[in-house]
This record gives sequence, structure tokens and C-alpha cells, in this order.
Amino acid sequence: MTLSLSKDTIQVTKEQDVVFLKNRVKETAVKIKMGLVNQTRLLTAASELVRNMMRYANGGACIIEVVSSGRANGVRLTFSDSGPGIPDLDAAMRDGFSTGKSLGLGLPGTKRLMNEFNIKSKVGEGTVITIIKWN
Amino acid sequence: MDKIPILRLGAYLLVSIQVDLYDRLALTLEADLVQMVNKTGAKGVLIDISAVSIVDSFMGRIIGNIASMSKILDAETVVVGMQPAVAITLIELGLPLKGVHTALDMEKGMNLLKTMIGDSSGEEDQETDPDYDDTIA
Repeated sequence: MTLSLSKDTIQVTKEQDVVFLKNRVKETAVKIKMGLVNQTRLLTAASELVRNMMRYANGGACIIEVVSSGRANGVRLTFSDSGPGIPDLDAAMRDGFSTGKSLGLGLPGTKRLMNEFNIKSKVGEGTVITIIKWN
Repeated sequence: MDKIPILRLGAYLLVSIQVDLYDRLALTLEADLVQMVNKTGAKGVLIDISAVSIVDSFMGRIIGNIASMSKILDAETVVVGMQPAVAITLIELGLPLKGVHTALDMEKGMNLLKTMIGDSSGEEDQETDPDYDDTIA
């Protein structure tokens, strides 16, 4: 059972918003005394996902939550956009696959950095990605 | 717009990234640095990332690009000062930075560059252009 302790929604449409979002994620991680390596993993993951959101969907929203599973605290980030969606999720989760010009590490790499990773996407409607890093 | 200063020291270019990189800043650095290598005929590029707390796949790619671009312009690149947490994250992300030379700190990086460039350093004096720009910041 995962309990949400605090919730903060940030709209991301401009490049400055990206910096703001990263700072808020960092503050949240520091607040629950997340270790430095996990903080770095979380921020790197956030950086990957927010870039995808900007590049493929022209922005979206990110919900930052402090979550608790009883034993541990963690940070949950939910990135949602109303972009074109991902037609082939299996391909998108494979290393080296990219429809853009990138390395294709964003989604599979993010999954490796996180404890929990969930992606839902519908073509023409958008994409929602939820990640959790436990403390 | 922000820019990261590039300093020239003899045959070397020194870059110390003191802020967290965002995409446009990284792209500007890439373009500036490659142009600087071309303009100054630098033999070595030293990039200090000790103040950078996040390197994601995009920044990693830029670092790799800088190294490969400098290489075909006959300059070696050494990245120094990577934080341990960044190293962990890069490998887990799946970005081993192949082809990029690294060293623990500035001093070791400089020594590595000197070894890589080797004996050619004896001829540097003739190449030095007296009215170069020290920085294009």
C-alpha cells in the first residue's frame, strides 16, 4: 500500500520550467533525506522524462509526491502529457530504440534507475509515466 | 544567454562547468569548444565536471560528441572530476562514455593529456598566435 503524503503539480511548457521542476524534485528528495546516489538517480530520471515530454509532446505536467509504503519513504513523479502517444511501447522500452535522433536510452535507462516504473500511452491521447524512487 | 567560458592555456583548452547543464547550454558549449579547437589549433581539451551533479543521456551524448569532434580535429579530450554518484548513474543508464578519456582530477587529467599528446609539445611555440582570444565567453 503506497500512501501519498504531499502533492505538488508543476506545469512544464518552457525551458525555464524544466529547471524549476528539477529544483523542486531535488528539494523534495532532500526533504525526505534521500541519499546522494538515489537523489542523482531520481534527478537524472526526471531529466530524461521531462526532456521526452518537451520534445515529443510540447510539454505537459509533472506531479511530485512524497509517498510512504509504511517502512520506507520515497518520491513519486508522474509525468503526463497529451502528445502523440507511443505506438509501440515494447520498442520504446528497448535500449537503442529512438524515433528522434537521441541514443534511445531515456526510457529503458530511466527504468533501470528507478524502483518502480509504469508507463501508459495511447496514440493520439498522450502518455503517462509514473516512477518511484524509495529512500 | 548563458555561456560556459573556455580558457586557453598553451596548447590546451580548459573548461570548468560550474553550473548544472541544461540542453541549450550543453549544445552551445559543444559548438563553441569545437570552434575554439579549430581556431587555436589546441592539442588537448580538459573538461572539469566536478560541479555537475547530473549527467543524463543527452549531456552524456554531448560529452561524447565533443570528444569525437575534437579527435577528428586532432585534439584529445579528457573529462575530469566526475562525482561518484554521476558515474553510478551513467552506467546504470547504459551510457559508458566509450571513447572519452577520464581522470580523477585536474592534475591527473593534465598529465594524461600531456602523455597522450606526447612529444609534439616541443613545437607548440611556433603555433601560438599572439592575438588569440583567451575566452569566448
